[in-house]
Amino acid sequence: MRELDAKTITETVATMCKEAAYYLPNDVYEALKRGRETEESPVGRVVLDQIIENAEIARAEDRPYCQDTGMTIVFLEVGQDLHITGGLLEDAVNEGIAKGYVEGYLRKSVVKEPLFDRKNTQNNTPGVIYTKIVPGDKLKITVAPKGFGSENKSGVKMLVPADGVEGVKKAVMDIILHAGCNPCPPMVVGVGIGGTMDRAAVLSKKALTRPTNVRNASPEYAKLEEELLEMINKTGIGPQLGGTTTALAVNIEWGPTHIAGLPVAVSICCHAMRHSEKTL
Amino acid sequence: MADAKTIRITTPFTEEMSRKLKAGDSVLISGTIYSARDAAHKAMTEALARGEKLPLDWHDQIVYYLGPTPAKPGDPIGSCGPTTSGRMDAYTPTMLDQGIKGMIGKGSRSKEVVESMKKNGVTYFAAVGGAAAKIAKSVKKYEVLAYPELGPEAVAALTVEDFPAIVVIDSEGNDYYEIGQKPYRRL
Repeated sequence: MRELDAKTITETVATMCKEAAYYLPNDVYEALKRGRETEESPVGRVVLDQIIENAEIARAEDRPYCQDTGMTIVFLEVGQDLHITGGLLEDAVNEGIAKGYVEGYLRKSVVKEPLFDRKNTQNNTPGVIYTKIVPGDKLKITVAPKGFGSENKSGVKMLVPADGVEGVKKAVMDIILHAGCNPCPPMVVGVGIGGTMDRAAVLSKKALTRPTNVRNASPEYAKLEEELLEMINKTGIGPQLGGTTTALAVNIEWGPTHIAGLPVAVSICCHAMRHSEKTL
Repeated sequence: MADAKTIRITTPFTEEMSRKLKAGDSVLISGTIYSARDAAHKAMTEALARGEKLPLDWHDQIVYYLGPTPAKPGDPIGSCGPTTSGRMDAYTPTMLDQGIKGMIGKGSRSKEVVESMKKNGVTYFAAVGGAAAKIAKSVKKYEVLAYPELGPEAVAALTVEDFPAIVVIDSEGNDYYEIGQKPYRRL
């Protein structure tokens, strides 16, 4: 059985937290540039110019792209033939988050308890960790820091089967219109359809780890992604101060669901669609 | 940043200066502005309710809704873009009654805030959300004044030079988010 030292996981996660905070993925950068070319609002173009310049400064100078360096979501795919030695997997990941956020001069934005004692944990831990056991002996890590300006505008709607495709579109658009200019558009919209309420929400987060220029493998869902993107870009929200570049992409992930249900979750991400992926 | 002319503003920011600005005006702010966000607003309004003095005199000042990343060695501040202003709405009328004449953030405001802005002659500016590494270039000094235990949420004085912003809601309540979106709304 292949062995992997927990320390290696910690070091890798630490590096990934920094890289995710500083380097906007190239597909998002290119999508912003395309948006700048097609944006109809003069003010929108000025906003996009600033956002593109910001991405370039952050990358060139190893600086956080946004001051909200997020709550750290980590997707783990653990090969069932992999043996982790020298510590617990979740501890290794959280130690990596702490190291990355402290060493990388990233903002610590996590409080230990949500309601009565909102005390900052000072190292951005714990992360939100999703672990899946998969075939093989590798560990795939995806670090996706999530800012809360956009997270606060995310939502779930529990539809019924009769609502169908039109119902899904309406549910997504209701959430987008309610979000308005607040979640730092141009946004990337992750949609999870199916499962249970919680599964739909996780699927919508997983959707945000897919590059913006890759459509769903199913032609029907790919078409729905494109239709929703077109609708969102007709809202006028634009790049914060009005315009035609409201979203860069809509990414949908779906899962099997109950005969009585059609859950739809929408995770809104700002233009800081940050993530880093590595396999050990 | 928005239309043809850019207006230069130097703090302190008086009601007279504020009342001249119109929604859509592009400004460059220089001087001292003060950061405060969720936890500091809660702490300050609670202090006022107890009849205590605030850690600084907000009269004719500009508040910036900000929680920066830590400064790298040799830098005055880390990345420092605006946070969502709407979360401060519940505290804002109380804070505006303390003499604040300008607010910098991002996103929409409540009716109560706009009414209080009209009453007090206050201007609401937006900085570009998420342009945090670029905005940092206009900040020359960052000095924590109060609530250091709040970390990034501490109240601090920021010395800024040509900090870029746009008037999104003016002292008459005109809303540039509404004005700017309308021509492109095609649903």
